[in-house]
This record gives sequence, C-alpha cells and structure tokens, in this order.
Amino acid sequence: MNLNNGKGSMSTASSSAAWKAGDVVPDQFPAGLRVLVVDDDPTCLMILEKMLRTCLYEVTKCNRAETALSLLRENKNGYDIVISDVHMPDMDGFKLLEHIGLEMDLPVIMMSADDGKNVVMKGVTHGACDYLIKPVRIEALKNIWQHVVRKKKNEWKDFEQSGSVEEGDRQQKQSEDADYSSSANEGNWRNSKKRKDEEEEAEERDDTSTLKKPRVVWSVELHQQFVAAVNQLGIDKAVPKKILELMNVPGLTRENVASHLQKYRLYLRRLSGVSQHQNNLTNSFISPQDATYGPLSSLNGLDLQTLAATGQLPAQSLATLQAAGLGRSAVKSRMPMPIVDQRNLFSFENPKLRFGEGQQQLSSSKPMNLLHGIPTTMEPKQLANLHHSAQSLGSMNMQVNAHGGQGGQGDSLLMQMNQSQARGQILNESTGSHVPTLTSSMGQPVLSNTVVGGVLARNCLAENGRGTRYNPVSHSSSMLNFPLNSTAELSGNSFPLGSGPGISGLTSKGTFQEEVNSEIKGSVGFMPSYDIFSDLNQHKSHDWELHNVGMTFNDSHQNNSLQSNLDVGTSVLSHQGFSSTQRTGQNRNISAVGKPMFTAGDTTDHVNAQNVGPINTFFTDNSVRVKSEFVPDASCETNLFPEQFGQEDLMSALLKQQQGGVAPAENEFDFDGYPLDNIPV
Amino acid sequence: MEVGQMQRTWVEYTKSLFREGFLDGQFTQLQLLQDESNPDFVVEVVSLFFEDSERLLNDLTRALDQQIVDFKRVDAHVHQLKGSSSSIGAQRVKNACIAFRNFCEEQNSEACLKCLQQVRQEYCLVKNKLETLIRLEQQIVAAGGSIPIEELSFQGYKVKL
Repeated sequence: MNLNNGKGSMSTASSSAAWKAGDVVPDQFPAGLRVLVVDDDPTCLMILEKMLRTCLYEVTKCNRAETALSLLRENKNGYDIVISDVHMPDMDGFKLLEHIGLEMDLPVIMMSADDGKNVVMKGVTHGACDYLIKPVRIEALKNIWQHVVRKKKNEWKDFEQSGSVEEGDRQQKQSEDADYSSSANEGNWRNSKKRKDEEEEAEERDDTSTLKKPRVVWSVELHQQFVAAVNQLGIDKAVPKKILELMNVPGLTRENVASHLQKYRLYLRRLSGVSQHQNNLTNSFISPQDATYGPLSSLNGLDLQTLAATGQLPAQSLATLQAAGLGRSAVKSRMPMPIVDQRNLFSFENPKLRFGEGQQQLSSSKPMNLLHGIPTTMEPKQLANLHHSAQSLGSMNMQVNAHGGQGGQGDSLLMQMNQSQARGQILNESTGSHVPTLTSSMGQPVLSNTVVGGVLARNCLAENGRGTRYNPVSHSSSMLNFPLNSTAELSGNSFPLGSGPGISGLTSKGTFQEEVNSEIKGSVGFMPSYDIFSDLNQHKSHDWELHNVGMTFNDSHQNNSLQSNLDVGTSVLSHQGFSSTQRTGQNRNISAVGKPMFTAGDTTDHVNAQNVGPINTFFTDNSVRVKSEFVPDASCETNLFPEQFGQEDLMSALLKQQQGGVAPAENEFDFDGYPLDNIPV
Repeated sequence: MEVGQMQRTWVEYTKSLFREGFLDGQFTQLQLLQDESNPDFVVEVVSLFFEDSERLLNDLTRALDQQIVDFKRVDAHVHQLKGSSSSIGAQRVKNACIAFRNFCEEQNSEACLKCLQQVRQEYCLVKNKLETLIRLEQQIVAAGGSIPIEELSFQGYKVKL
C-alpha cells in the first residue's frame, strides 16, 4: 500500500518512528480509514457497511471479487484495508487475498461463518492479517485500523532500512561506503532482525528523514537504467550519487537511488546467499531490510544462485515465485532452502539473504542469503539479478513454499520480494512479458503462480543437472522459494524462479526452500533465483533468465498481482539470464530484470537487493519495484555487495568473481549506494 | 393504543423472541446500529435477508431435487444461508443450517431434504415474528414515539461506539 499516499497521516513518516509519530493523525485516525468490503451475501454486506460507517470509516462495498480487484487496481492508493469473505462464487476469497497481497500489498481481513480451524489456518498462511468469524460484531471492526498501522510501520521500517531515506544524502553516501565496507557488512549479517530495525536504520537510513517521501515507482525501465548504471560503475563502486548521475532521471533523488540500491543489493545477496537461509546469513543481510528475511535470504540466495547458475531462472520460475509471493503472508520467510551452502550459488546467498529481508514478511529465517552459496562464477550482478528474480520469485515462492515447502529459499526471496512490495504482482506480470532473457528452459516467466513455480523449477532443474548445483532442488527452490503455491520445483540450478514450482523445487533443493517458502510472499520472484545463482555461477552460463523474470515484473506489474510477481521473478530471471551475456555482463541483465521486479513489488524498498554479488545485475532488475520482495532484496543485495554482509565474504567472493559485468543492480532499490558488486558470494 | 403501551408491547415481544431463541444478540447489534441518519436500517436489512433467504431456499430445493445431488453446491448454499441468518441474528435458522451442513457432508439426501424442510420452517417462523415486530415499530414511530431499545439491555449488551 502506498503508505505515502493514502491517508496523509500515515504516509509520511519515513522512519518508522517518525511514521508513528508523525504520520498517524492522532486526532482523526482511524476515522476516515478507507475500507473495501467484499462479500457476496447482500445481507452481510449491508450490515458490514453500516457497522463500518458507524466506526467512521469510509466504506466501499462490492459483492464480487472481480469487482473488488478492479476497483483496487484502478485506484491503488484508494484503500487502506480490505475485508473479504472467504466463500464467494466468482473467486475464492483466498485467491483474492493473494492477489491483493501481491499487487497492492494491502492488509486483508478474511471473514467467514466458517470457523473451522483449517479455514482459519488457511487465512493465516495466505497472509490475511486477521480472520473474523461471522456474525461480525462491530467491536471487531472497530480495531481493524491496527492492521493498517502495523503494516505501514513495517513497510517503513523496511523502507528506511533500505536506505531510501531521502534526506541524508551526504550522510548516506558516506555511510554507504563506510558501511558497506565494514559495519554494514557485519552489521547486516549479524542481526538481520535487529539490524533491520536498528542498524539498518543507522546505516542505511542516514537520512532517515524520509518522511513523507513520495514513493518512487521503480518501473522496469527505470530499474533497468538503474541496473545499467550500477553495472557500469561496478557493483563495488556503485554509489547512489554516481548512479543517479548516470541514470540522469529528472526528479529522482539520491535517496531514491540509495534505497533502491540497498534493496538491490539485498536482492543480489539473497540470490547468492540463498543457501544460507539460516538466520545467520540473513541476519547480516537482512539487517538492512528486514531482518526477518534472514533465513529466507539464504534460501533465496541459493535459489537465485541456482538460478543464476543455470542462468535459467526461467521466467516461469519467477512467475512461480511471484505466485509464491502471492501467498505473501503465507509464505514463511524462512527459506526452506535446503540448499547446501556449499553451492556456489550461495555465495550469493548472503546477499540473498538480504533478499529475504526485503520481504518484510520473511521471517528472520529467510534465507536471504540464498545467494551465499552462489558460485562465485556468478557475477554479482547476476546474482543480483537473480536476486531480484529470486526475490520476486521468492515472494512467489514464499507462498509456494508454504505449500511446497521447498522453495524455502525461494520463499525468502520471494518473501523478500513480496514484502517489499505489493508483491509480486509486478513480478508476475513482468515476468511474463519481459523475461526475454530467460532461458528458454525457464519457460514462461510469468506463469501463474503455479506455473511459474513449476516452470522455474523445471527450467532450473534442467540446469541443475549440472554438477555444481547444489541440489537441483535447491536451486529451484532458491528461485522459487517464493511461496509460490505452485510447487515450483525450481530446478535447482536454474532457478526456476519463474515458476512457482520452482519454488517448491527450491525448497526441496534444500536450502532455502524452507525458509523461502514461508517468507516469500510470493512476490519474491527472485528468490529462488538466488540459489540458482550459485549454481548458475557454476554454470556460468546462467541464464539468469531469472533476471529477466524478475525484471519483467516491473513492467507488467501493472497487470496483476500474480503476474507481476512472476514477472519479477522472470525479470529477475532474465537478469539472471545475464549469464547469457556472461557473468559480468549479466549483471546488467539482472538489473534489468530486477527492475521490473521492483516496481512490481511494491517498490518496497525492501527489494532485497540481495542480488547477491553475482547477481548484481539482477539487482538492476530489482529495481523493478518489486514490491514484494525485490525491494528488500535489492536492498539487501546492495548490502550484500558491499562488504556489509558478514556473509558477504561469500558473496563478495562470488561476486568478485563475477564481478565482471555485474552491473550495479539497477533495481529500483534505493540502495544506499551499496556496492552491489560486493555481494559476497 | 397509546404510544407507551405500544412501546411496552414492543419490548415484551422482543424479549420473548430472544427468550425463545428466534433472535440472538446479533439482532440487537442491528438495532443499535439504527439511528437518525438511518432510521430504517433494521427494516432494510431484514427485507434484504428475506429476499436472499427465499432465493437460497429455492436454490436448495432445486439442488436437492436433482437426480444426482451436487452436495458441494448444496453445502455452499447452506453455508451462505447460515452466514446471513447469523448476521441478522436469526438464531434458529442458523442452527438449522448447521445441522443441515452436517448431513451435506455425509451426503445423505434424505436427511438433507428433511433439514431443508426444517430450515424452511424456521425461516417462516422468524419471518413472521420479524414482520410483526417491524409492524409494531412502525406503529410506534407513526404515533410519534421512539423505539425503546435501551430497554433491551437484558443481555447487558450495549454497543459503544
């Protein structure tokens, strides 16, 4: 949700704290909260409307899910919260929930006369922020505003962490450099969670003054520009200021770039560090973003790596990831990436882990460091890209992961992706369209969640055949870690980012999957890719299609939630496809891909720039406002790149190797200028 | 009948409905939601409920009348009826629906038909009661009085906004 725009009060606070204080209009809030109510039962609808009006909320009601979706799409910032019935004739309530989560990232409350444990559990796993049993009492409705506040708060946190703070340019710059080199890395790695809150703020947010920053939408193009700039500068040297200059986009501030860079880095990191999905990795990574991603990132990273490695992050995987991302809430950030770190891909993992962070939701376990294990071969950029894609995938995977359990990594990525933004949607969309680079194996990037996952998985799997891949599964999982429901079997190596299955694949792959699953909100398209990256790196020919996948997200992100997520994934994948160009060159791609991702995602700053080193390029894609995950990833990634990540060593190693072309993740992430290249692989 | 008398009748009648289980606390919620800005709220909602229920009951009859009964569909309808009846506070209808759903799960056509009958019966009963109640309310308002909702605090139920 656009914190910024919606209610004036809530939008501004840049820093979470600030937000709390400043944004909320104490005198008026929660009055005026814009609620969208969806229920096919006219009696209930009428009663709810009346109750909500009595609570002084602004109510819009509709009796069909499709109507609700189109209303939301037309006016993305027009609503603060959605209440939806579970059983509806035209669309399942959970599906709607996923869509909304991926596309708009609004808090959604489910309700039903059904109070069975399974249904309620489903609500939780799909990411509903609350579940009401009918008949709904007005008292229950009086407090729904808390979900809005909570979400915004989390977003802000991520946002800030990603260093998107606008104001402190100069400081940021310094901090970026400095941080990256030392504190950042360590800090990030360490306590992802904590970092996220604290360190990140310290490091990244130098300017925390991002109050009321109007959200910059990192469109695919913008992200590509970003990635190109980053690649040009070299992931290590990519600082916001220079990136900004290179990009030469009017109206873009250094802070925007910084935060985007951060996300990108996280994304890259995630890509590379997917395997690590343990919190360790993520911690370090995540710190910038969401510490939670930690575990996911590792997964994601792995996935991405895998993906990267195989270069295959099929768009599909991304899609899957996205799909997974859709599950955003459901996705546990933990990247189930079982990926064994040893995967090269995981070198990125670290960065990837970051990725997980991005996802916000990713639980700390997110294996952001998916990329950690990323094989050094993967270029950081690529990783980044992967990351992105992974992220997107991750998000997707996340969801999937939940289901597939595999995409742990992917999930994280996804999660990250998801979290970062509106999740996924962009991913999906973009993946589909963009994933140009996605290796054919990848399959269609934008597969619907399921497809994506699967595709990715497939693709990746294919790739994974190669030895380096740690586990085919892991690869895929990395990619798909996204909770893509579709059990994306990310073919280990080839980050099946695209497809959801890939994600699941990721999980199986092992490393991230688990984490990713949970986390990947689905939007993380990238995630899985991260793992793949590691693998991919090995393969050197990574088709970082994932990159593209991820990136594509952005583009399409307008489309639909799922799609976007996937797209992102694909874009990420496509980026990852950077492998095609070669590692170094890859980065570029990734960036491109990443971009979409980011935009797709809610541009959450979180885009885990995890692009983990090699995935640098991915990151560029990450810039794609991968709402859901990329952002964090990206940010993470950026961190990854720079020495910040503890794991960075891994990543950086990876990245360095790849460095060649790792283009600074151009993801929209407003990285703080973290040298994306550093994604320790 | 003078207003005071009508009001007392109204109160007694409402209490009896609660006592006999026709209505539950949810209905009170609705009553409390009614205010000057929306003086006919309860009437509107209740009318909507009637329309909706009749439609659902017809759908149910048709569904159960098929050669091969689609229990999923039947269950979906019953679920919806359960939801709307619970939202309005029609407790007995809701309970009948719950029983109905159990048989749907068992895919027992015969039992389902019986349940349908039961539900329909409860529905007719509560429909009558509510219509009577509304009529009373309208008379009170027409006579210049107001509906003494506060007298219904027997459940200690007061919604504070």
